[in-house]
Amino acid sequence: MQQSNRYIIGFILVLCVLIGGLLAGASRVLGPAQQKSIELETKTQILAAVRSLVDVPQGADVLAIYDQRIASIVVNYDGEEVTQDSKGKSVVAEEVNIAGNYKLPPQERLYPVFRLVDENDESKVEAYILPVYGNGLWDKIWGYVALDASLEIITGTSFDHKAETPGLGQRIATHEIQERFIGKKIFDENGKLVSVMMMKGEHGGGQSSIDYYKEDPHRVDGMSGATLTGNGVNAMMKSYLLGYRNYFKKLMASAKSVAATQ
Amino acid sequence: MADAAADKTVQPVVRKPAEPLLSKRRKRIVSDPLNEDNPITVQVLGICSALAVTVKMEPTLIMGISVIAVIALANLVISLIRNFVPNRVRIIVQLSVAATLVTLVAEVLKAYNYPMYKVLGAFVGLIITNCILMGRLEAFAMGNKPYDSVLDGLGNGMGYAWILLTVALFRELLGSGSVFNFPVFREIGVAYTNNSVMVDSIGAFMVLGLIIWVQRTRTGYVESH
Repeated sequence: MQQSNRYIIGFILVLCVLIGGLLAGASRVLGPAQQKSIELETKTQILAAVRSLVDVPQGADVLAIYDQRIASIVVNYDGEEVTQDSKGKSVVAEEVNIAGNYKLPPQERLYPVFRLVDENDESKVEAYILPVYGNGLWDKIWGYVALDASLEIITGTSFDHKAETPGLGQRIATHEIQERFIGKKIFDENGKLVSVMMMKGEHGGGQSSIDYYKEDPHRVDGMSGATLTGNGVNAMMKSYLLGYRNYFKKLMASAKSVAATQ
Repeated sequence: MADAAADKTVQPVVRKPAEPLLSKRRKRIVSDPLNEDNPITVQVLGICSALAVTVKMEPTLIMGISVIAVIALANLVISLIRNFVPNRVRIIVQLSVAATLVTLVAEVLKAYNYPMYKVLGAFVGLIITNCILMGRLEAFAMGNKPYDSVLDGLGNGMGYAWILLTVALFRELLGSGSVFNFPVFREIGVAYTNNSVMVDSIGAFMVLGLIIWVQRTRTGYVESH
């Protein structure tokens, strides 16, 4: 067998070109399908936060429902709508990289707002869906929180995680845990944003966990064995919702002025 | 006379009968790794992914299929080029071929089964470091014909997959009370409290240990000291 150095270098060069070409080709061919998968994933998660309001049957065309029901905008820390980024490119809420924005100071982040609108009247907002992002016990956790039109009551949540403990912290991605947040309030009686706290300890799971904190609008039952993931959820929700507080103020002020003129 | 002499010197070319596609020897190439020479239970290779992906059946199945595909294809490619691969860089060449195939599998999953890609993403990438894969490339594909190498890859891939699926069956059933996300215990009306040890990797060790015990008792395999 030919074993000279020249042969070896030549062989490796040919191998590199072949493999490089193959991978580049695959990436080009599969690129559009991958983009679509990611889009579908994002939109499914956004809709999942309002699953109590929008019924998305199994196998339904998520993208069509999304187009019909969600009108999204992007706001900044001061609550003003942003249409162009610092480089003059137009900003699309679905394409805002939450993980990337999380690394910026809160004042500089872009805050997407996904508004669930009435099927027939786009100006009638039924719910505001807001992204949240933070640290769990082992790695990042994220999700969406949906607030009703008055911004008072949580109408749904959807959480996901990168590497929480299977069977313990991973439960934040289940309906059972996410349902506990429905009906809770993020503002206290004085209008201060206090968010919702997941407590330590679990009281029965399922419906009995929901019933246990039924009377308390700011607390939800914890996850047994996953208190630290729960703390991560609390910190994530509070810090991210606080980033929207100026937007909330504007919305509430305009709602009040509308009410006054009527 | 002259003709007879020619007959003696020129032997008629007799074609050796080709080995049947599934001869006994070739069947053994596939069946040995399923049982007597199983990469996980006998050679105890590929344990890391056996622990990591076996919490549920569905990701385990996808992982199994991915490994079978990657080992069989990598074996085929390496076997095809085995006579051209310079000996001094053969491990690098094997690694590049395996890495390319693994990347392709990950990209295809990302495009057509994104939820699975999210669950398995890291582990599919780690198929490269799966000792079974590199072991087969170096030990078998470098010295055998392409077809035999594919069979060897299929056999070892399936040997890996069935052990993983067995582990996953017990872990999902006892840890989450379901099989392929179908809530078995709830459907048959048995009250069952999920055992979170099975969800943890400790559960995988326990099930794997039991499988190895049962199998070695049956095959009479003893490790030489």
